[in-house]
Parts: sequence; C-alpha cells; structure tokens
Amino acid sequence: MFFFILRRLGQSLLVMAIVSAVSFSLFNFVGDPVNNMVGQDATREQRIEIRQQLGLDDPILSQYTRFLGNMVQGDFGLSYRIKRPVDDLILERLPATLELVFVSAVIALVVGITLGIYTGIRRGTWASRAILSVSLIGVSLPTFIIGIALIYLFAVHLRWLPSSGRSGTIDFGWWKTSLLTVDGWRAIILPAITLSLFQLTLILRLVRAEMLEVIQTDFIKFARARGLSERAVNFRHALRNTLVPVITIIGLNTGGLIAFSVITETVFQWPGTGLMFIQAVDFVDVPIMAAYLVFVALLFVVINLVVDILYFIVDPRIRLGG
Amino acid sequence: MKLKMLATASATAIMLASPVLAENVLRWTSQGDALTLDPHSQNEGPTNAMNGQIYEALVTRDAALVLQPELAESWSADADGWTFNLRKGVTFHDGSALTAEDVAFSFERALHQASDFKEQAKSVVTVEVIDDYTVKLKTDGANPILPNQLTSIYIMDKGWAETNNVMSPQDFKAEEETYAVRNANGTGPFAVASRAPDELTVLTRNADWWGDDLFPGNIDKIEYRPITNAATRVAALLSGEVDFVLDPPLQDLARIDAADGLGMVTVAQIRSIFFGMDQGIDQLRSSNVEGNPFKDARVREAFNLAMDRDAIQRVVMEGLSFPTGMITPPGVLGNTPDNDPPYGFDPARARALLADAGYGDGFSIQLDCPNNRYNNDEKICQAAVSMLAKIGIDVKLDAIPKAQHFPKIQKRETDFYMLGWGVPTLDSHYVFSYLLAGEGSWNATGYSNGRVDEITAAITSEIDIDKRTKMIVEAWDLVKADMPYVPLHHQVLAWGISDNVDIQIAADDAFRPRFAVMK
Repeated sequence: MFFFILRRLGQSLLVMAIVSAVSFSLFNFVGDPVNNMVGQDATREQRIEIRQQLGLDDPILSQYTRFLGNMVQGDFGLSYRIKRPVDDLILERLPATLELVFVSAVIALVVGITLGIYTGIRRGTWASRAILSVSLIGVSLPTFIIGIALIYLFAVHLRWLPSSGRSGTIDFGWWKTSLLTVDGWRAIILPAITLSLFQLTLILRLVRAEMLEVIQTDFIKFARARGLSERAVNFRHALRNTLVPVITIIGLNTGGLIAFSVITETVFQWPGTGLMFIQAVDFVDVPIMAAYLVFVALLFVVINLVVDILYFIVDPRIRLGG
Repeated sequence: MKLKMLATASATAIMLASPVLAENVLRWTSQGDALTLDPHSQNEGPTNAMNGQIYEALVTRDAALVLQPELAESWSADADGWTFNLRKGVTFHDGSALTAEDVAFSFERALHQASDFKEQAKSVVTVEVIDDYTVKLKTDGANPILPNQLTSIYIMDKGWAETNNVMSPQDFKAEEETYAVRNANGTGPFAVASRAPDELTVLTRNADWWGDDLFPGNIDKIEYRPITNAATRVAALLSGEVDFVLDPPLQDLARIDAADGLGMVTVAQIRSIFFGMDQGIDQLRSSNVEGNPFKDARVREAFNLAMDRDAIQRVVMEGLSFPTGMITPPGVLGNTPDNDPPYGFDPARARALLADAGYGDGFSIQLDCPNNRYNNDEKICQAAVSMLAKIGIDVKLDAIPKAQHFPKIQKRETDFYMLGWGVPTLDSHYVFSYLLAGEGSWNATGYSNGRVDEITAAITSEIDIDKRTKMIVEAWDLVKADMPYVPLHHQVLAWGISDNVDIQIAADDAFRPRFAVMK
C-alpha cells in the first residue's frame, strides 16, 4: 500500500513538472506582454527596461527554473495586468468557481440520475425518447451557444433572471458565498445549468445504459421471481449496482468542471478563476496563466491520485498486481 | 444568519413600499474593468475612465473635447513654463483641502519611474509652489501645448499618500499591492463606495464637489459592472439591467436601436486606421521581388489608389467609418477639410503606375494585421487583399492577436501592416513624433523627410500659434505627397443608451457622468 502510494505520488510529481514546463514554453507564442503593460507613447528604452525588469529576455529555461523556484516557495509573482499578487487573486476568485462547480455538479447528478433511471426503466415511451433526443443538445451544442441562448430566453425575453454577474454575496472571512441569498441563487442558476448540461447528459446516458444492462442480469430476474415489488427491484437492487461506474465518472469530471468553467464564466461574467484566466490570456499576463495552469494540473493529479487510492482499497486485483 | 436575511428582506420590502425620494442610479457596463484605482499606475482606457470620475486633473475636456478648467481656474504660459491658478475651496473626499503642495506632489508621483504617465508628463521639469493656490510647472524651454498633455494627470492628496504609504505608484518589484490600488481619495464628483474588481464598483455622489451647481448631471449613484463577453453585454442592455453600454459590437447596433426604450448615439472617434509600408529597408522580407518596391513613390501611390474606401465603409463597417486620406482625424490640430478627403479610387491608374515603376506583373507581399484590436480589423484587411489583387499585387494576409501583432511593428519585422492611432493631446505633434519622424518609435515605415523632422522639432517650442499651425499644415502637405502610409478611415464610436438617461457621447470614448441626466 505504502509503496503503491509512493509510486503514484512520484508519477504525479513528474506529470506536474511536465505540464508546467509545456505550458510555460507555450507562453513564448502568446505574444509580448510589454506592449499591453505600457501606453502607446512609451519609448523604446522604457519597453526594454520593463523587459529587463521582468527578465523576459532571459533564456526560456532560466525563466522556467526561476518560476519553479519561486513556485515551490509559494510565490507566483505579481500579475502583469493588475499588479497584485497572483496567489491572492486566485484565492479571491476560487470561491466563485467552486460554488458554481458545486451547484452544477449537484444539478448534473440529481437530474442526470433521475432521468437516467426513468429512461432506463420506461424505455420506448415517448417521454423517454424526447428526453434522449433533447439530451443530445447537451453534448452537441457548444457551451457558448447554450449560455447565450439561456440568457436571451430567461433574462432578455422573460426577464426572470439576471443575465450575468454574481450578486447577493455574503462574506465569511476570505470566502465570499452567494449561496445564502435569493439574489445569489437567481444569479447562479443560468451559469450552473449551462456548465452542468454536458455532465448531465453524460450521467443520464451512463445510468441508462447501466440500468438496461443490470435489468437483464440473473439476480434481477431472480428478485422479480421472488415476487418483490417493482419499486424494490428497481431501486434497491438495480440502481445500486449501476452507481459504481457513475461515481468514478463523477470524480474524474469534477476536475473537468473546474477546468472547463472558463467558457461559462466568460459568457456569464462569473467572477471566478476561469474568467480571470481568459482575461490573462488576452493580456499575456504570464504569472496568472502559469499559476492557473499549475493549479488545474494539480487538481487533476490530486483527483486521479485519490481515485487510484480508492480503487486500491475497493479492488483487490490491483493490490495483488501491485 | 436567517435573522439577518429576514432583516434585509423586510428592509427591502419597506423601501419598496414607501415612496422614498427616488435615487438616480445609473448602471452601466463596458468590456474591461479598471485595472487599479491608483491614478498614476496604468495609462489605459477603462482605468482612466474610472479614475477620471474619482480624481480630477488641472484641466479637462468637455464632451466636445474643448479644454476646460477643472482644478485650475486659469492658466498662462511664459518662456519657461505654465502658471496655474488653483480653484479655491476644493476638498478631497476625506475632507482635507486641495493646495498647491498636492499638485506638486502629484506631478512628482506621475513622473516617478514606476508611473505609466511619465511620458505624458515628461516636459514638466519641476513644479514650483508659488503660494497655496498657485503653481508653476517649469518646462525645459517653452511648451505651447502643455495643458493638452495634462488632462489625465490626476491630482492626489499628499497627506493621504503619506499616511497610507503610497508616495509612489506600484512597481513590479513589490511583493504586496499598495493601499492606493483599491482605495481612492480624489476631489472628483464621485467617491468609491465599494469595489469588487471585475464584478461591481459602486460610486456615490460627492455632495461637497465644487461643480455641484455648475453641471447638469443628476446621478446619485453609479454602478459599474464590466462584462467581458460582447453578446452578454448587449443582453444586459436589452434586458434593462444596465442603462448604458459603452462598447456594443457594431453588428448589434441596429438591434439595440430597434429595441423599445433603447437608442444609440455615434460620433467620429479620435482614431484613424491605416496601413504602413516599409520604404526604408533595402530588401523586403516577404516579397518575391528583388529590392524594395515601396521605395518608389509610384508604387505607394498605386496602393493608395487601389483602395476602395467607400466599399470598406459600406460593406465592412456597416456605414460606421469616415473614409480619409489622413492618418489623423478631424478634431486634431492639423487635420483640415482640405487635407482630409481620401485619395481617389482608380485601379486603372494604379496599374499604370505599377507598370511605370517596373512592376507591371505585380509582386507578392505579406500584410500583417491584428484581429482583436480595431473595429472589424481582420475583415478590413481581407477586403484590402482582394482590392490589391485587382492591381496585380499578391497579398498574403497574416491576421493575429494584438499581443503578437504590435511587437512586429515595434521590432521592425513587417513590410506592410495595419495600425490605428489615437491622439490624446489632439495635436499633430503626437502623430509626427511617433509615426512620421525618422526616429519615431511607432514609425515602422522607414519614412524620413528632413523638413518633416525639422517641423516636428520646431513645433515643440513655437509659441506663436498661427506660425505653429502653418508649420503643421506644411508638414501634412509633404506627407500627403510622399504617401508613406495608406490611410483608410477614421473609426466611429457608438454607445447604446436607455431612453431614461441623457448621455453626451465624446470622441475620446470617455463617459462624463457630470453631464449625464436621468429623466
């Protein structure tokens, strides 16, 4: 067990190093930050001076080692755009992203599993067919289009919900939450639905497929033969056995939700880390881009590590192999 | 928590129920938030727009861009500088009085190495405090247009800066953000009530403002919510969540105008769009011919004659542009009704000129173009490619983000490029010194004309306005004949505004809430 975790940990560190090196070298192609940092009337000397101050003319390798060295000490530097410490900025934005991800994960889970069970049990009915066709939209339409469509329907046309932004926040120390007020909920609904649609469809189809498979198995037939009620067969016996793969997928996809909230946050002006990343890319704000990519990589690595350890506990075959 | 929410809810209910004196709240949006509230840290559009509501300068411009007194009541020039008489009885938001010491301090701060305004303020050598309400800005020789350069040099309170340890703007070596990044103490018509960057900034009316009775504005509270995504920004206006959008995308204007209760206003912007041709280098970088065809004035004229600027206006810009033959717009001293009209559109003559110059078979070249900086920038370049194809020029278009495009111009790595130029001083010197002087930092054309350089230097110190204006016009005549650039058009600004508020649009794209009237 110990060596298994140690080995996984070593692999995780390697992944982190590679991801950060690759993303860092990409920054060379994003453009020159200096042009955005000074006004158009800055002289050439001033531009050169700033390049030197920031060490932008050093070889990429020494820039990277400097970045790694600072990062290990928890110092991500100052944002080029806002001139504030990057770790402060990320901590400030993180609650918004995490709350959005949490709400959309709950939506995806509750609606996805419910509809998955329904379409699994009542297959062939017109309602099931309708749900399955509509769910295709969730996977085939880009998030951007879905978001704008929801805004035009619910904010512009019906005027039920605000079109963008995060309001009704209450402070708990550094954590600013919007989940305790009506205004906050009104603001989070549309972005959360937009972000959840893809996951929702995925879970729906997964649960349905698993249901269909489990219902064919002998132990369900046996349960029916024992004369158990339809309800007990479906929920106590069938559903339980479909959830194992679903839980795995959910675990892995939560990281995805955080990483891909970028587009949803931009469409809805949701003040989280994703919106900050997009603004950083536009400005070539290298410290923020670097820190964000490291953060997302770390997130995936940690989630994978946890999933691996869970497998190790759950599945004896891995234990034997390791 | 529940109790607190209940209390808030009932308070809201009471407010809704009783007919309290209605507060005039103006809610508006644009693409970007101010980067900082430090008035000397970032010289950038949205930042200056926000800080200009909180802080004030010695002189300002009204919506027609005419120079007006702000913290200075009057000013006069002599051979070694300008004397400004300060307005009396002005207080900062924290109650302390504005004196000449604050002005002297603010100029020192704006000239600090970490300031983003040191270039704009650089002609000020020292600030002499004559008495509490008189300062003299000493310049190195005479500077006839100094007041023009001071409209965004904002004045801070020296005492406040000392107390909060913000004597200089934030620099990149600092570990922590300074107090002035998120706090402000200006003299302006609005004070910061709350600020959440990229979410919401609330400004409230400064009841002690000196101009309270002098301006028509009746806004009590400004709520600014930046919205990055253009479609969402328009949706916020259409749904009535904001009263005013500063930068709606051109393709949505018709829709905004057609909506009930909304309208739009337009004005010619102080920004001209043009192509630069590198006529200085001996061998073009991206061409299939030996040497540099752009060295031949006939080739440059042919490029100018090949542009159908009316078609660009009609088809690409949806009517929102003013075709021109100048690289600086009306409103800037030097642009006149005589020199503004575009070169004619005459592809036949363009072809003949190319043949005369020995390029009857045309040549190939790369056009470098930004795709996220100017209105429809990439589409304009695509149109230019097909127009140049008609005179036998084979153009390869490279449209890339601004962060990659502008360094090409800076580093002189382009043969043929798009650039737009705004003029904050509204004086041609700004255009000459950056775009036309041989050493100009944005002059990637390699163009150098001895007389133009001479005039560029002379107008920095010529105080005789008539003589100076004559020199400026002379320089423009030379440039019109030499044609180092292919001018296309002046951009048009459009603001989307709700019918319940009256807002004056200005060519510098700055919102002036002191003139905004809610009905």
